[in-house]
Amino acid sequence: MADHQTHTDAPTGEAHVSGEIHHHPGWSTYWKVALILTLITGLEVWAYYVPSFVASRAFVPTLLGMSALKFAIVVMFYMHLKYDHKLFRALFTGPLFIAAVTLIALLFLFGQLVARFGPGN
Amino acid sequence: MSAPAAHHYTSTGLDSRKIAIWAFIGSECMLFVSLISTYLIYKGRSVVGPFPHEVWVSPTGEHFKPILNIPVTSASTFVLLMSSLFMVLALAAVQNKNVPKHTRGQRILGSSKLWLFGTAVAGMTFLGFQAFEFTSFVHEGLSIRTNLFGSSFFTLTGFHGAHVTAGVIWLLTLLSIDYRRGLGPDDALIVDIAALYWHFVDVVWIAIFTLVYLIK
Repeated sequence: MADHQTHTDAPTGEAHVSGEIHHHPGWSTYWKVALILTLITGLEVWAYYVPSFVASRAFVPTLLGMSALKFAIVVMFYMHLKYDHKLFRALFTGPLFIAAVTLIALLFLFGQLVARFGPGN
Repeated sequence: MSAPAAHHYTSTGLDSRKIAIWAFIGSECMLFVSLISTYLIYKGRSVVGPFPHEVWVSPTGEHFKPILNIPVTSASTFVLLMSSLFMVLALAAVQNKNVPKHTRGQRILGSSKLWLFGTAVAGMTFLGFQAFEFTSFVHEGLSIRTNLFGSSFFTLTGFHGAHVTAGVIWLLTLLSIDYRRGLGPDDALIVDIAALYWHFVDVVWIAIFTLVYLIK
């Protein structure tokens, strides 16, 4: 994945724009990332059409895991957060963390998570 | 605005515009998580159909099939994912505008106009899919006023569609600048900021696709 700035992986330049020099991944990395995203999406849709898997307890965690993986890949490689300044990382992950905690708290508060994982089920 | 003298460096050494877009994206995370929370809280609590994944028979005996069309939405998801690829290729092309291109492949990869246009077209295609989906839902009896699912679904996906629309306008503006005077390495920041917004819209859809469409 991290084949930065090689001759075979044609250079995509350096990001001088933020005041620091950060290497961005090359073109071939972008194509590989697109392929991986497409494959994961295909897997997600395939999983949706397998009734025995949909009925299993692994269905929701698997889909959430695949979705989180796609999310992380886009953020790290396409949004260059893997290569950018840590302040940008903090500006994104900080609110995302607060939002995620709020989401989980709300789901507990309104009984949506208890309904799935609670002792009565 | 694109000349080096116009850079807006802060005491951190980082450009203020890039800090601003990341702060904006952080706030947008909160907006979309609040909309997704609302959808998930109301999930399964609609008293009347149509429902997203279940068949529903109305008191008058009318049959409603599950309303979500997974094949169509999968196609639109693929289009949006590809638009993110086009966007990073557009940014790379702008950053490398001054690098000599010797082969046809290098010239194609180095064409910022091509990739910006491709990204905008992919965005408009996604919006076309969404318009088709909304229209078919209304024809099948689901509007924003029908039930809790309809209200939360149209609000969430409608907000996302509005963001995609703003992104398409932004991309077309960049494309027109590229045609008028050309975008070069000095303009990389303004393209980078647009790209960050576009990828954010993409990651939001990644979450929506799984949480709304795939998880029953």
